[in-house]
Amino acid sequence: MSTPYAKLPAWAEYVLLPFVNVVVAFLVAGLVVLLAGDSPLHAFQLMIEGAFGYGEGIGYTLYYATNFIFTGLAVAVAFHCSLFNIGGEGQAYVGGIGVAIAALWLDRFVPWWVTFPVAIALSAGFGALWAFIPGYLQAKRGSHVVITTIMFNFIASSLMVYLLVHVLKPVGAMAPQTRTFAEGGQLPTLGWLLKLFGLNPGIAPFNITFLLALVMCFLVWVLVWRTRFGYELRTLGFSRGAARYAGINEAKIIILTMMISGALAGMMALNNVMGDQFRLQLDFVNGAGFVGIAVALMGRSHPLGIIPAAILFGVLYQGGAEISFDMPEISRDMIVIIQGLVILFAGALENMFRPALASAFGRIGRSRRDVAAPAAGE
Amino acid sequence: MKRLLLTAVALAALSAGAVAKDFKPAVIYDMGGKNDKSFNEAAYNGAQKFKKETGVDFRDFEIANDAQREQALRRFARDGDNPIVVVGFSWANAIQSVAPKYPDTDFVIIDATVDAKNVRSVTFAEPEGSYLAGIMAAMASKTHTVGFIGGMDVPLIRKFECGYIGGVKHADKDAKVLTAMTGTTPDAWNDPVKAGEIAKSQMDQSADVIYAAAGGSGTGVLQATADASKLAIGVDSNQNYMQPGHVLTSMVKRVDVAVEQAFKDEQQAVKDDGKSFKTGEQHLGLADNGVGVVFDKYNKDLVTDKMKQAVEEAKQKIISGDIKVHDYLTDDSCPYQSS
Repeated sequence: MSTPYAKLPAWAEYVLLPFVNVVVAFLVAGLVVLLAGDSPLHAFQLMIEGAFGYGEGIGYTLYYATNFIFTGLAVAVAFHCSLFNIGGEGQAYVGGIGVAIAALWLDRFVPWWVTFPVAIALSAGFGALWAFIPGYLQAKRGSHVVITTIMFNFIASSLMVYLLVHVLKPVGAMAPQTRTFAEGGQLPTLGWLLKLFGLNPGIAPFNITFLLALVMCFLVWVLVWRTRFGYELRTLGFSRGAARYAGINEAKIIILTMMISGALAGMMALNNVMGDQFRLQLDFVNGAGFVGIAVALMGRSHPLGIIPAAILFGVLYQGGAEISFDMPEISRDMIVIIQGLVILFAGALENMFRPALASAFGRIGRSRRDVAAPAAGE
Repeated sequence: MKRLLLTAVALAALSAGAVAKDFKPAVIYDMGGKNDKSFNEAAYNGAQKFKKETGVDFRDFEIANDAQREQALRRFARDGDNPIVVVGFSWANAIQSVAPKYPDTDFVIIDATVDAKNVRSVTFAEPEGSYLAGIMAAMASKTHTVGFIGGMDVPLIRKFECGYIGGVKHADKDAKVLTAMTGTTPDAWNDPVKAGEIAKSQMDQSADVIYAAAGGSGTGVLQATADASKLAIGVDSNQNYMQPGHVLTSMVKRVDVAVEQAFKDEQQAVKDDGKSFKTGEQHLGLADNGVGVVFDKYNKDLVTDKMKQAVEEAKQKIISGDIKVHDYLTDDSCPYQSS
């Protein structure tokens, strides 16, 4: 989304810069922990051990990462068309309705592998539908997607409350949520995958949606870099004028891009609704839609970058929980501050160290000819 | 790093396998967090009180998302925490699946019923307490119009609303009850500004006593009614002191007592033989002082003897079964509603 100050070598652009940002974020977060009167090193150690130290922790880390891969991809696809979709939260939320419909309808009659494709289709469909309206308004009426998508988050939230409190809640139940899905609405875990590595997955809700997320990474890569549609999408992202001159149908590309973006966000619901809770609950997205923005920024909007970025945020979520299990002084809100700092440095302030790095590389590069690959559009 | 990790794992394994039953009390709050000034905070206060009296520290945790429910429960159970008290009905499913796997740990869930051998389910008769609040509201009202402001529109709050309307109609058949919810999202529990605006609009419609069953949003109602020299009724914790002279009473739900009691029982049980911790359903109503209305120095000028008498009379009748307060949850409807 930003103009680079100077061209960096690819490895510096994709590895060094994000790494520097994360390290700085952790240093500042360490100060926060220090202020709270605890040892930052101990907190860091708890976080890493909690996220990677044992099978169940890894399972949780990957479970959270699955959410962020979907929402990260959703934001990334829209970025390539220079659309800023911040409605991932609402699109995922509405995608949950699709999952719930599939599961509530089929769970008692068929095994999960019949329900799963239906749920994928419906969640993607509902998510796409929720993004279609802002996309249409952007393409045809020029209403900025930033405004419309964020407003649609609120509409989604009200819609879900209505549905869960008045329509989907079983009579007599206290919590506003659907009934628990039967066997046919529950996705199998990927515990066996962790067991292959000799790890005990415990109760981690790490499930088959993770594989779907990886498939989607591949498909997004094919779509954006290997198809005609992707070429048009990127062209439009780089320059509206050029796209129009080339005879690209602007409105069609914008609407389709938003729908694909919404579909990816909508599929996130599978992970929580069918993979973990086995019921549709209020507020299940819990900020994953917004984390997706940071993930896409850190991952440079490329699937290969999004996966590690999503895992990093998975670590923050899972490791953060571990810190508050063992360090009572570090409250839930401090964990949110630490997560926020990482988002701040990795996302919003990602250009902070770029000039310094660029001039450093410029000095080295002047003597040796620099053969950096052109940066992919971010 | 690796060695440290192994030590940690070994330690965890040791502590899990050590003694079957220890007394290591723990509380896990719901998403509202322990400083919500109302429901979760009441649980925290109960645990604090126990700590002050016995000197035994407790462990607590605030979850940040639903996926952490089972994770936290198992983590605590594995670490040998006992009893583990969870606060809020959203915990029911997690307890249901975790409790049977840790038969040596006692669990206590507040506001929901879970059927398992080692679970004590504590529920409160909110409609009964709200009924008494309704009687007081109707008697204090000069305009024969009273208000109700709920938090988020969920069945639990409808329960409060229905009992309250019943009480109002009991004391004043023709009184009008204005009802509103602060919102439909979880933000509604913590939006005092909006709740205050709703209170103002109800006062414009001549309501002069307003019952706020809205968690953190209630403070806005208390403020608005006090500014207009009208009366409010607080909820969950005793909120009479928040606007002295303008809070008619508070409908208290003794979550703190339930938590403290659970800790005490378990301490005793561990001391004895580990078998005597009472599990099963524990429904706390007026008879057990689990719910009720508060009379203290902050509202003594507002409450007349007649009111006290009427409340006492209704209380006895509810306890004896002469008055049956309708529970909204049994059929998702409220028979008192007519105006």
